[in-house]
Amino acid sequence: MTELLRIERAAKRFGEFVAVDGVTLTLPAGRLTAIIGPNGAGKTTLINLVTGAFLPDSGVMHFKSEAITHLAAHQRVHRGLSRSFQIINIFARLSVLENILIPVLSRRRRTAVSFHVAQRETDAIAEARQILREIGLGGKENVPAGALSHGDQRLLELGIAVGPAPELCFLDEPSSGLTPVERSTVLELIRKFSAERRTTFVIVEHDMDVVFSLADWIVVMNRGQVLAEGPPAEIRENRAVREVYLGEDL
Amino acid sequence: MTGRLSPRFTTPLLALLVLGLFLLPWIAGRYPVYLAMQILILAVFSLGFNLLFGYTGLLSFGQAGFFAVGAYGSAKILLAVPNLILGIAGGVAAAGVAAFLLGILSVRHTRIYFSMLTLAFGMMIYSLAWKWRDFTGGDDGLVGVPRAPIDIPGLLSISVAAQDRYYYVVLVLSLLAIAAMYRLVRSPLGLTLQAIRDSEIRTEFAGVPVRKYRLVAFTIAGVYAGLAGALLAPLENTVTPPIAHWTMSAEPVLATLIGGIHTFGGPIVGAFLFFVIKDIIVRYTEYWLIWFGVIVVALVMGFPSGIMSIFAQRPK
Repeated sequence: MTELLRIERAAKRFGEFVAVDGVTLTLPAGRLTAIIGPNGAGKTTLINLVTGAFLPDSGVMHFKSEAITHLAAHQRVHRGLSRSFQIINIFARLSVLENILIPVLSRRRRTAVSFHVAQRETDAIAEARQILREIGLGGKENVPAGALSHGDQRLLELGIAVGPAPELCFLDEPSSGLTPVERSTVLELIRKFSAERRTTFVIVEHDMDVVFSLADWIVVMNRGQVLAEGPPAEIRENRAVREVYLGEDL
Repeated sequence: MTGRLSPRFTTPLLALLVLGLFLLPWIAGRYPVYLAMQILILAVFSLGFNLLFGYTGLLSFGQAGFFAVGAYGSAKILLAVPNLILGIAGGVAAAGVAAFLLGILSVRHTRIYFSMLTLAFGMMIYSLAWKWRDFTGGDDGLVGVPRAPIDIPGLLSISVAAQDRYYYVVLVLSLLAIAAMYRLVRSPLGLTLQAIRDSEIRTEFAGVPVRKYRLVAFTIAGVYAGLAGALLAPLENTVTPPIAHWTMSAEPVLATLIGGIHTFGGPIVGAFLFFVIKDIIVRYTEYWLIWFGVIVVALVMGFPSGIMSIFAQRPK
């Protein structure tokens, strides 16, 4: 498989707390990876380092062989990196359609246009509507995003994350707070986007049912380090992983 | 955005309003015309402020600084070169440059830090207006600012010295500024600014360089403040330091809060109410600010989203 992302010895500390401690990781294109680990293992911090929310204290990152360590978050998005957030992060006062339109306009470099109304961006609107139909929110395009149910907001956030047509997309707990039906909808969408849009997804999840039903590859983190990585069957049998998840059925 | 009036209702109403404004000098006396100019100038000032606050989520307490730069810039040029176009354009350009330069420093921060920085920069401009006597005239200000003719050498020269004539300059430029802002807030840029207001982090991770866009909004707001100031100087024939004071920055804040921050027309309606309420109160008491404050508190408590929220459509 083609290498998409390479992280070498990435480290980040907050005061005395070492959140990510010399992580080295390679993510190939097309492999759906799950990052798991107990609370405080450094999963979300690692996503923040890769997507540009934080700069690492040390280490380097390459995306499609290009050094991205010091690029701003928005520059990484234009290189093909995208993400969702652990706590839902949408544009609450904008309509559902406008929520998707923002990343689509951004990818098309049309956000600075000021000489005509946004409704005239017909190509971008058509693309945003297509994404809305795919995530099942096609009938709610004029609803303010803040008025959606929690489940629909999760779907919308997934739509915003795929709006920039990323090659690599990090989803931070995409099934958090969802009902079983909503959860299966989200999982189905991730599979669909993975296959049809050629987006490589990396999910951070606590729900092991989701992880083992979805992931091709699992990275286990503990105390800021990579404890183990491998295919689900191998991780399930890994003694060190079982000790970290003592009492939990993998 | 939600909260839009039906075009079937607004289009004829706006046409009537604009017609009424053009006929005003023919049907009203000098004072209503003067008051209309004050309202239009505050409306332009407030629209710029609301691009920052209502659309981008940045509360500036220093807009009077750019208002003053526009007013002093216009006054200095008009005192040297009696050409209204040059005077107003120069004032607007000076305010735009000042807003851009101070914006580079200000937009690095958000929330209260941004507000405090803008307050500090606004008061620095106020201090300059007081202390830089050679340029600003100090506490005397700049007096005798002429309502110079609209002059294009070799082509035309229109005198606007009379108040009724100058009114049309204020009216036309204000309407153009309002139309430009209306177009801007409905454009992809306007939509992006609203996204920044809702979640700057989400916007950045949608691929938008948020700080640059905040700087654009800050500069445009400065240009609008500068235009308002540049129009005021020839109207009052004088420019003095209090126009740069933070209390002047409060005027667009109050007008916008009264009218509504989430509707395009809110700051315009707020500017109208601001002057009408003030005008009524000062007829009865010299302590107009106290009563004005009471009314503003009542309006904000009664209509937290502003007067214009009465007309806003409910989300379906």
